[in-house]
Amino acid sequence: MNLEQALYKYVLRLGDDSLILGQRLAELCGHGPILEEDIALTNISLDLIGQATLFLEYAGALGGENKTNDDLAFLRLEKEYVNVLLVEQPNGHFGDTIMRQFLFDAFRKPLLEKLQNSSDEKLASIAEKALKETKYHLKHSSEWVIRLGDGTEESHAKIQESLNTLYRYTHELFYTDEVDLMLNKNNIIPNLESIKSQWENTIKEVLEMANLSLPDNNWKFEGGRQGRHSEHMGYLLADLQYMQRTYPNMEW
Amino acid sequence: MKNIDIKVLEEKFQKKIDQDIKIEPNDWMPDDYRITLIRQISQHAHSEVVGMLPEGNWITRAPNLRRKAVLLAKVQDEAGHGLYLYCAAETLGADREETIDDLHSGKAKYSSIFNYPTLTWADMGAIGWLVDGAAIMNQVPLCRCSYGPYARAMVRVCKEESFHQRQGFEIMTKLSNGSQEQKDMAQDALNRFWWPALMMFGPNDAESKHTAQSMNWKIKRHTNDELRQQFVDVTVPQAEILGLTIPDKDLKWNEKKKGYDFGKINWDEFWQVVGGNGPCNKERVDARRKAKEDGKWVIEAAMAFANKRSAKKSA
Repeated sequence: MNLEQALYKYVLRLGDDSLILGQRLAELCGHGPILEEDIALTNISLDLIGQATLFLEYAGALGGENKTNDDLAFLRLEKEYVNVLLVEQPNGHFGDTIMRQFLFDAFRKPLLEKLQNSSDEKLASIAEKALKETKYHLKHSSEWVIRLGDGTEESHAKIQESLNTLYRYTHELFYTDEVDLMLNKNNIIPNLESIKSQWENTIKEVLEMANLSLPDNNWKFEGGRQGRHSEHMGYLLADLQYMQRTYPNMEW
Repeated sequence: MKNIDIKVLEEKFQKKIDQDIKIEPNDWMPDDYRITLIRQISQHAHSEVVGMLPEGNWITRAPNLRRKAVLLAKVQDEAGHGLYLYCAAETLGADREETIDDLHSGKAKYSSIFNYPTLTWADMGAIGWLVDGAAIMNQVPLCRCSYGPYARAMVRVCKEESFHQRQGFEIMTKLSNGSQEQKDMAQDALNRFWWPALMMFGPNDAESKHTAQSMNWKIKRHTNDELRQQFVDVTVPQAEILGLTIPDKDLKWNEKKKGYDFGKINWDEFWQVVGGNGPCNKERVDARRKAKEDGKWVIEAAMAFANKRSAKKSA
């Protein structure tokens, strides 16, 4: 694996995380708990689809097979998507959606902060743009975690349950393999250990304000980064790929 | 208040209307004017919000990233329109949650076009082109409506609607220049949405119970039939550019009136759909009701949290 191949694989991960989470949030458009939140979640979805567009465009250029961002977004096999399992989890109730978002945003923000200083200029410029949006996403999701955690008894129980269910997927956010090692050595990406401490601090701080506690069972799920997904993924892709699979090779 | 005083106020009010001076929330207004506006603005708000559903149906299946982003942005705009309009209704003393409950109970109406299903991607094109096109015809004159907050909301709404209409026409252009399957898809969408789009302007003038009074109050500036005619005259040449056929065998140019004559609208279908028997009335209202019910605990939590915080602050 040369450096460009490693970068391709890495950018694909960033793109897939954005794409799949954006797709999940898009399912909620028109169904939010109040109009203001419908608008906010749709806005976040739109930002993530925008990020996916840029990351996957760059991945297409690095991949050396003349693939467009649409080819990558719509025409891969399930095992070729490398998003973390966290982002493909179903929307569930509003608390599940918010907790999934919070756990992801708290990781994405420090990651993008570091990536905007990447020695790879293109990656740095996409990260810089995405960071502006992600700061807002994290503010939004943190505020809701606190509001639901410190709201009513019912909301507290619900969001605690969401945390208990979703926490097992967070370990994978810090998945590291030879791709990361090679890129980190070349100052293209940060060491994920440094991100992890920032992530832990954010989680600790927000959960404290929300009166929530981390689950005892710290069993760790992973597989998404290697293309092994949950049962939910196939249905998500069936929707996402429907038009491209049904009407191949057409312009829309 | 004495009858004579009311009479003076009414005269003063009508004089303002006649001089094109905007009525503002704190101005005196006749009860019927207020009731008419609350009904119209909240129906308009409901239409925006229910209107998110047929298009929302295709966001997850949009054929490429650009289309997905544009459709998301468009549907988000509709939610924004709903929000301004509920606020405009609130300036007249309407309670947002009560008006929403009226929608859920079936008491309040919304544009009947949204009770038709979206079956293919081409429906996203047809809705933008025809439905937003018809909405613009209806709404541009509302920018001059006598009630200030409604008129101002409409200025912003119309700007966004014209962008929506263009994106719909662009989808149709792409399809009608595409493969045979894509052309067929576009024609099929036009066939299904043409007549419901004409119905969006409401009953014929002779049957429209609110038109005369609304025109007198300058809430409405044109009659239903005038707007419908204008829509047909603008849209037929657009269909020609697309190479699509309007599904009306009676459609033909009338040189004398410099406009198109068109076939008879199926008003039985219109009244059935308005009355709740359209193909998706139940699904649409159920979806809105479910969103509110599912969100109840969230609102309660937000309220409880806000109360705790303000108690802490004042302690």
